Amino acid sequence: MSAVSAPKRKFAIVVFPGSNCDQDCYHVARELLGCEAEFVWHQDTDLKGADVVILPGGFAYGDYLRAGALARFSPVMESVERFAADGGAVLGICNGFQVLLEAGLLPGAVRVNRGLRYVCKDVHLRVENAGTAFTRLYRAGEVVTMPIGHMEGNYTAPPETLTDLEYSGGVVFRYCDSEGRVTDEANPNGATAGIAGISNREGNVVGLMPHPDRCAEGLLGNDAGRKMFESALAALVP
Amino acid sequence: MRVEVRVYPKQGVLDPQGKAIASALGRLGHATVEDVRAGKIFFLDVRGEDPVAVEAEARKMAEELLANTVIEGYDVRVRPEA
Repeated sequence: MSAVSAPKRKFAIVVFPGSNCDQDCYHVARELLGCEAEFVWHQDTDLKGADVVILPGGFAYGDYLRAGALARFSPVMESVERFAADGGAVLGICNGFQVLLEAGLLPGAVRVNRGLRYVCKDVHLRVENAGTAFTRLYRAGEVVTMPIGHMEGNYTAPPETLTDLEYSGGVVFRYCDSEGRVTDEANPNGATAGIAGISNREGNVVGLMPHPDRCAEGLLGNDAGRKMFESALAALVP
Repeated sequence: MRVEVRVYPKQGVLDPQGKAIASALGRLGHATVEDVRAGKIFFLDVRGEDPVAVEAEARKMAEELLANTVIEGYDVRVRPEA
């Protein structure tokens, strides 16, 4: 494939009032991957022809009521829902994941961390499903390190939903130790079954609490998250 | 009229805040406390004459926004006199 004829891929990065990782995602898309990137204000409904949509981290609407609860009513979310329903690749990172949960684009909910504290540190993650739009460049079972920074990441869902996730490949990442063992000590927030990230049944909508956008280049000491963004590009039909 | 919507963690859903409050109460000497669940309460002033219709609308508000029914239960109390 020649670089000249390949179309430039475009990321849309949704900006809610209170988003604060939008610039990080923009930087990854433009500077690291050489793609086009556009910010889409939450009041807008035009995703600007994007190939990949990212809901970045932050504190949309100040996390009033519940994290993500008010952001889901932003006009842009109808466009994101349509884009996802048409098979478009949508990634929710941290607060963006919480918005996807509140919007019902992914199942379940997050509660406050079991330690009642904001947790900001590097965690180990085991790749559980390397078949989603955002994980296809990883190996199943691979252990990667990514940073987390959240107060409400304690994922849970009704028992039937958890069963469905487990059997349909919906669990994408699990907190684990450096050897890939899922233990209670390695679980930073109390999430059920150590779940750190999930996807919808089709694998085109993925959400996770860790921040791949904060570990996408060697300059920052870790580029383990970069493949999440590259996976979305690899999934696109030329 | 005044409407009160109480939202709280469902029975059986882990409530870290409630647990922390329960253990703090225990430390303060309230040895009788066996369990605490912490929720929130919304006081709404709603226009309307019919308490039944007002309650139905408040339930819709709880389902759509005030509660995350995956993990939270709610109840609605209408106080026509308020």
